[in-house]
Amino acid sequence: MKNFFYIYLTVIFLTFTNKSFALIEVDITRGNLNPLPMAVSPLSVEKESKDKFKDQLNLNDIGLEISKVIENNLRQSGLFNPLDQKAFLQKPNIAHVKPRFEDWALIKAQALITGEVKFANDRLRVEFRLWDILAGKEILALAFTTVPENWRRVGHIITDKVYERLTGEKGYFDTRIIYVAEEGLKTNRIKKLAIMDQDGFNTKYLTLGNELVLTPRFNPTNQMVTYLSYFKNLPRVYLLDIETGIQEVVGDFPGMTFAPRFSPDGKKIIMSFAKDGNSDIYTMDLDNRVVEKITNHPSIDTSPSYSPDGKFICFNSDRSGYQQIYVMRSDGSKVKRISFGNGLYGTPVWSPRGDLIAFTKLHKGKFYIGVMRTDGTGERLLTENYYQEAPSWSPNGRVLIFYRETKSDSKGKGFSAKLWSIDLTGYNEKMVNTETDASDPSWSSLLSD
Amino acid sequence: MSLNKIFRNTLLIVFASILLSACATKQSGKMQGDVYTGKDTVEYLASGVPDRVFFATNETVLTTASRETLRKQASWLRKNSKINVVLEGHADERGTREYNLALGERRANAAKDYLMTYGISGNRISVISYGKERPVDSGSNPLAWSKNRRSVTVKAN
Repeated sequence: MKNFFYIYLTVIFLTFTNKSFALIEVDITRGNLNPLPMAVSPLSVEKESKDKFKDQLNLNDIGLEISKVIENNLRQSGLFNPLDQKAFLQKPNIAHVKPRFEDWALIKAQALITGEVKFANDRLRVEFRLWDILAGKEILALAFTTVPENWRRVGHIITDKVYERLTGEKGYFDTRIIYVAEEGLKTNRIKKLAIMDQDGFNTKYLTLGNELVLTPRFNPTNQMVTYLSYFKNLPRVYLLDIETGIQEVVGDFPGMTFAPRFSPDGKKIIMSFAKDGNSDIYTMDLDNRVVEKITNHPSIDTSPSYSPDGKFICFNSDRSGYQQIYVMRSDGSKVKRISFGNGLYGTPVWSPRGDLIAFTKLHKGKFYIGVMRTDGTGERLLTENYYQEAPSWSPNGRVLIFYRETKSDSKGKGFSAKLWSIDLTGYNEKMVNTETDASDPSWSSLLSD
Repeated sequence: MSLNKIFRNTLLIVFASILLSACATKQSGKMQGDVYTGKDTVEYLASGVPDRVFFATNETVLTTASRETLRKQASWLRKNSKINVVLEGHADERGTREYNLALGERRANAAKDYLMTYGISGNRISVISYGKERPVDSGSNPLAWSKNRRSVTVKAN
C-alpha cells in the first residue's frame, strides 16, 4: 500500500560532523541581498541503478533531477545562490568522495552539496554530504532510504537538512500546500480542493468541483483537512481525511459554519457559526463532539486562530464598528483589541513561533499583508497590492503564503487569482506555481521531522 | 437580546435614513452614495416586485428603497402563501473572504427580519450567504461592487 502521508525515511548513517567549527552561517533574520553562493553537484548514480530508475520513474538521470529539486528550493528561499552546474569541474562521483576544494573555491562556491543515489532492494537510497569549501571539510552527511516514487521528497528533505545546518533553523521544504484551485467565470467560479508539494509539484485534486469549497486548513499531522463546503447548498464546516477521502460535516449546527481551523493539538476545530445575522466563535471537540461557545457578542466574530500553545485565540471582530483584530484566552475570557492602526484588519493567524500575528489590512483601497506582535505593537506591512489576503505561515515561521487577485475590466477580463509567498523580512516576494488559478493556501507542518 | 437587536437595527435604520436624505443630492448615475439604485441586474418575482436589495460598503442597513422593495415582496408573499423563499446574501470582492461570509449572512438576515416585521413567517424564509463567491457583475469598479452587495430573494419551491 502506498501511503500518501506516511513516508518513512530511514537515516542509515550520520558521519561525524563538527558543528562548532563551521564557518558558513546564513542570517535569515534580515533581508538577504547577498545570497550565499553554493554548488549543488548532480548526485552520482552508477549505470545499473540509473537504468532501474529510468524504467521505474521515467527519469533519465535521477541524480541530476534530485539535484535540481534541491537547487530550486535553495534559489526560491532567497538565501542561497546555486551556481550554474556547467561551471563545475569535478565529476559528481569523485566530488562526493573527495572534493577538490580549490576548484570549488575558484567558481566562488562557499558550500557544496554532493551525493550518491542507488537502487537497492527495490528501494531508493540517497546519501548526501554538505561541504564547507573555505574550511575545506564535510559539515553534514546523511543517507535516506525510501520508495523510488518519493524521489522529490528526498530532494526536499536534503534541502531542509542543509537549510537547518546553515541557518540554525528548521527548514520548510518537505511540506505541502493545500489550497483552492479555481477555474471559470468570476460570476460562477468552479472551486476544488487541491494539494501540492511546496514547490508546486505533485498536484492532486481532492474534490471534483461540483460544490463550492473554501478555506482548507491542515491538522497538525497533515492527515486531515477542515474546510467550508457548500455541499447541497448548505455551507458547513467539513472534515476530510486526505488518505481515505472520507468527508464528514463538523457538528450539527442549524446554520452556516465557516472559518474553521484546528487547535494546535488537533483535538478541536474552532470556527464561526452564523445565525440570525450574528456570527460567533465555537469549538467542537473531535473526540466527544462537545460544542462550546467561545464568543457571545452581537457583532461578527470570525477567523479564529489559536496560539501555538493553545492558550490564546486571535480573531476578527467588528464589535468596534469595523473589522479589527482581537486576542482572548482560549475559554473566551479577557477579550482585548490589538489592532489600532488606520484601516480595517482581517484574517489574523498566529505564527508557529508564537511571537507574531500575521494579518490582512485594508486601507485606502489597498490590501496589505502584515505582521504585528501579539499585543498589537510593532506592526509591519510586508506587501501592498490591489487585492491580497489570507496569509498562512511556513512551519518555521519565516515565510508567509497568501493569495492575490488582479483587477478585472467591466467584462471581468484580466482577473486572476494566484498564490504568492514573501519572507517575514518583507523580501523575496514570489509567485508560487500552480496548475490553475488558486486561493486560500494553507501550509502544512514538516512532513518528516 | 433579540429586543436589543431590534432596537439596534431600528436605530441604525433611522440613522441611515438621515444619512441618505442628507446625501440625496449626491446622485451619481446608478448609485446613491455607494448603494446601487439602478435596475440592470434586478429580476422580478412578480410584476413590480423586484427580487433584490442593495447595500452600502461594509453595511447591512436597509435603505429606504430596500425597505420599499421588501414591503412589496412581503405583500406578494402574503398573497402567495404557498411560496417559500431563500434570501441569498452577498458581499463585494473588496473584503476578506471569511468576514464577507458573515457580512452576507447579516445582510440576508436584515432582509429576513424586515419581511418578518411585515407578517411573513420565519418558517417560510431561509437564508444563505455566499460572501463574495457569486458576484453578479464581474467588473472591478465601484458600480460593479454596488450591484454585488445585495440580498436576493429567490423562490424555494
